[in-house]
Amino acid sequence: MEIDGLVMRYGGKTAVDGLDLVVERETITAVLGPNGAGKTTTLETCEGYRKPQRGRIRVLGLDPQADRRELLPRIGVMLQGGGAWSGVRAMEMLRHIARLHANPLDVDMLAERVGLGDCGRTPYRRLSGGQQQRLNLAMAVVGRPELVFVDEPTAGMDPQARRTTWQLLQELRASGVTVVLTTHFMDEAERLADLIHIIDHGRLIASGSPIELTRGTAPNSGGATIRLVVTEPFPPDAATSLQRALGNQVEVRPVGDRSLLIAGTADPTTLSKVSAWCEENDVLPESLNLGQRNLEDVFLELTGRQLVS
Amino acid sequence: MSVFTPNPGGAPLPRQVVAQAGMESRLMLRNGEQLLLAVVIPIIVLFGAVEAAKHVSLKLTASPVDVFTPGVLALAVMSTAFTSLAIATGFERRYGVIKRLGASPLPRSGLLMGKVGGLLLVEVLQIAVLCVVAAFLGWSPAPGVAGAVLAIVVGTAAFASLGLFLAGVLRAEATLAAANLVYLLLLAGGAVVLPASSYGAFGKVVEWLPSGALGIMMRRALIDDRIAWVSLLVLLGWAALGTVLTARTFKWE
Repeated sequence: MEIDGLVMRYGGKTAVDGLDLVVERETITAVLGPNGAGKTTTLETCEGYRKPQRGRIRVLGLDPQADRRELLPRIGVMLQGGGAWSGVRAMEMLRHIARLHANPLDVDMLAERVGLGDCGRTPYRRLSGGQQQRLNLAMAVVGRPELVFVDEPTAGMDPQARRTTWQLLQELRASGVTVVLTTHFMDEAERLADLIHIIDHGRLIASGSPIELTRGTAPNSGGATIRLVVTEPFPPDAATSLQRALGNQVEVRPVGDRSLLIAGTADPTTLSKVSAWCEENDVLPESLNLGQRNLEDVFLELTGRQLVS
Repeated sequence: MSVFTPNPGGAPLPRQVVAQAGMESRLMLRNGEQLLLAVVIPIIVLFGAVEAAKHVSLKLTASPVDVFTPGVLALAVMSTAFTSLAIATGFERRYGVIKRLGASPLPRSGLLMGKVGGLLLVEVLQIAVLCVVAAFLGWSPAPGVAGAVLAIVVGTAAFASLGLFLAGVLRAEATLAAANLVYLLLLAGGAVVLPASSYGAFGKVVEWLPSGALGIMMRRALIDDRIAWVSLLVLLGWAALGTVLTARTFKWE
């Protein structure tokens, strides 16, 4: 799948602003970004719901608009919400979607796999948010697609359902299905994805495998980092004071009130200066991580904002 | 090979349409309010009209049950093809069902065919029930089955296109309100059950409403065994208007 220079505007607002993105077959690719970054708009344009205002999209080599009828049977779509009659029973809905396909999966097996076993006769409107999500996921994969788009798949799920969903997505990839997911959960992207595209304000700001992004070797993802977490909240001027102590080769940024990010060269000299500073200021480090940023840090460095506000 | 190994493809279109029609009719029959509209109200109207005719002097050309039953059948068609369809479609848009189906192999034409199939299925059941009830009241129709079937098919097309238009331009709650209101207004003043002649001078106007035209076609077929050609043209006109309006305005999301 390929996106070249996609632009989408609504009213005066630009939702997607010149996005370029590539998804390799048989991988899990995460599109990570805060709410309003343009993730859903991008996905829905790939699914053929919206016409690209500028730019070009190819999904499985097809144009989602012109070749819509040829493309739709080959992809699976999990929408962010809704998608079923309010009075329809869970299994009835899944069976219905299965009947629209030529070679659907066994619906009972699938229901078991996504954890719908005990609510098959429950009307959709009485399902919990997490159960509705599981049904939506099942509807996306029941037609045995080559490519599935899942939009915030685990929003509203309990931790166990999240793990089941992750397992299912990993099994799909192992079976040769390409998975494109949007998420604003870093742990989800970090754990599942082969490749992560971070987007913000409708633009791609970094791409890479989770390790590349967190180690800082991916293009655009900044240098190595030290992350200092302390037991008590920092004094208000801690970042400035540490910055002074370390000099201009590094950049100190607060993340919340108990941790600081030190971007730049993570060498022994810097490290010893950090611990000296801790001693001087009487703060007790809880942890001191080298180079192992998480995606939250990456996002913060790239945008100056928190991913989940 | 894993169970999830891709093997994509849409089912043959006829199979998809049958599945969709079955689903639509099942959901319609499961919904209590729609069932009330589809069967219970027409039965009450039939009993009420036949009973009232004993006490009020109406100039009728045949026995009350023979005059009112064709109109009650027309009312049943109107309730399903217009009111039920509009309400169901309004909420399908709201709940994202149409969006969801838009990402499935079912094309829009298939969805429309499925909806029409679902409507016709429900109508067959309604008509069967109403005919049995009418027979108990001593109904003896003329053998104008062809004219009645023609009226039902064209009437369904006219009301369904208008119902979809309504559902396409209004929000779900507004569709619910408007579809019920129009139904009540046409039931009372639309010459569906009562012949247009009983509305006095106003009768000349209501003949041109889809409700009046459908009522006339049904009565002409099942009382006189004839086809009301003018009313047929009126219904076709409404169907054309509704189709154009729907095609211009309907939003699938």
